[in-house]
Amino acid sequence: MSGTPGTVSRYTAPARANHWVTAISLVLLALSGMSLFHPSLFFLTNLFGGGASTRAIHPWIGVVLVVSFAGLFFRFVRLNLPNADDSAWMRALPAVLKGDEERVPEIGKYNAGQKLVFWGMALLILVLVISGLLIWDQYFAQYSRVETKRYAALIHAIGAVVVILILIAHVYAAIWVRGTISAMTTGSVTAGWAWRHHRKWLREEAAKEGRAGKA
Amino acid sequence: MATSSVPSTLEIVRKSATKGGITGALQPSANEVAKLIDVSKCIGCKACQSACLEWNDKVEPVGINHGVYDNPIDLTENSFTVMRFTEWDNPMTGDLEWLIRKDGCMHCADPGCLAACPSPGAIVQYANGIVDFDSDNCIGCGYCVKGCPFNVPRISKVEVKATKCTLCVDRVGVGQGPACAKACPTQAITFGTKEAMKKQADTRIADLKSRGYDQAGLYDPPGVGGTHVMYVLHHADQPQIYANLPKDPHISRVVQAWKGIGKIGGLGLIGLAAVAGFVHHAVMGANRVTAEDEKKGAKVQEDQV
Ligand code: HEM
Ligand code: SF4
Repeated sequence: MSGTPGTVSRYTAPARANHWVTAISLVLLALSGMSLFHPSLFFLTNLFGGGASTRAIHPWIGVVLVVSFAGLFFRFVRLNLPNADDSAWMRALPAVLKGDEERVPEIGKYNAGQKLVFWGMALLILVLVISGLLIWDQYFAQYSRVETKRYAALIHAIGAVVVILILIAHVYAAIWVRGTISAMTTGSVTAGWAWRHHRKWLREEAAKEGRAGKA
Repeated sequence: MATSSVPSTLEIVRKSATKGGITGALQPSANEVAKLIDVSKCIGCKACQSACLEWNDKVEPVGINHGVYDNPIDLTENSFTVMRFTEWDNPMTGDLEWLIRKDGCMHCADPGCLAACPSPGAIVQYANGIVDFDSDNCIGCGYCVKGCPFNVPRISKVEVKATKCTLCVDRVGVGQGPACAKACPTQAITFGTKEAMKKQADTRIADLKSRGYDQAGLYDPPGVGGTHVMYVLHHADQPQIYANLPKDPHISRVVQAWKGIGKIGGLGLIGLAAVAGFVHHAVMGANRVTAEDEKKGAKVQEDQV
């Protein structure tokens, strides 16, 4: 991974592919799900070939999402474990939101906000799979009672709304913090980006590079 | 108000997943029709079940005998009505009573199926109170099953569409009564305007009371705004003994939360989050890496080499 000077590599090609499969399935799930969630959005079923096929396809995209997200989960879980920097970062949240990064403590590869996205998605996708299976009546109608399905449908809808809120926050952060998206397209970011947002990680990566260079 | 040849009673007054068509019961009117099922007159012959299959052009595949009279054992995608038999020990008299209830869609004034349905126009309610499923618009999601307080709709296995009793709306539209009422040999099932059916129920209830059933009464549950299929019960104080006919049916609170505050609140929150993003960006401007950052970042890298 000897990078071009001035850039730091952040994601391998398989990790990026894994991320995009997850992202695309999540967006398709949000669109197909929302089309059944509120009548004013029912027109979105046209994207999936009509109401009946939207109903049929949505849970299958859910299956793709679960498999794909499981991949992301095991790739990234270690770096998303909480550490002491997280509470410091959370206390500095007002400065973070102002973009005043000099007043934010140095952090590693992921800040507490990113970790919250990671764990929030993990938990909610679990909730959505379980509640989703309970209302996947085409195949599993006979395995739960109607009263259970009522709760499952409500929980599925609430879970979906929260996932979509997290998704909005996640995408917004990637856009607002310029220079971030290249991490998931080309796989690398500039050293300046790393210095500004993930200084500890930059030092670690540079040290690794240094050791590799000397070896 | 109808301009075409559709009788005014078949004017559609509510459509699922359409503005204004979500909550509240049908306004009572002289247009309302009802089927009255007098359980005290039913002999359990199932002529109505046969007539229902016949009129709706359905075939119930040969099933298995569960050791009871109920056959099939539950409503199915083909059998929109099923006779439910209960052997009930009357604790007051010590008598064993054989209770027979014709189960099926109640055609609620405030239908939970319609409230839960996400597909515009898949469930409609006519001015006469009949609640009908429109297969062309049905997407087979099964939300109506969750919305119904009587556990009535079924989803067909092959077409994946919701099915249930239509109250023979196609017969009613041309001035006929439902097929089941036509076939019933004891007139336990009758059909007419809701007013007329209530009056008829009154005479039946008076008769039952005179014969010692002092709790005889009409089942027209207010929790769902009343129904367009009503029962005369000899023990109206305990409808549960008739194969779990609910005592106070209403649209489940869970479904109300899901289809009420959940739907509006969820969409509102998502909209708010999007707006918050735009406002934040407009106020704060992009969070850009400076030339200074790049210099310092590159220096960290160089220092290690
Ligand atoms: C992970 C596996 C998932 C499964 C098995 C699943 C399954 C289902 C099923 C069976 C339905 C009922 C409609 C239909 O049959 O299509 C549904 C509705 C819905 N799903 Fe999912 N789903 C999953 C994941 C997701 C995710 C990740 C989201 C959000 C991004 C989502 C959002 C929705 C929404 C908004 C609805 C409509 C809820 C309503 O009508 O109130 N689902 N899902
Ligand atoms: S009994 Fe069930 S299916 Fe029939 S109108 Fe009422 S809610 Fe709808």
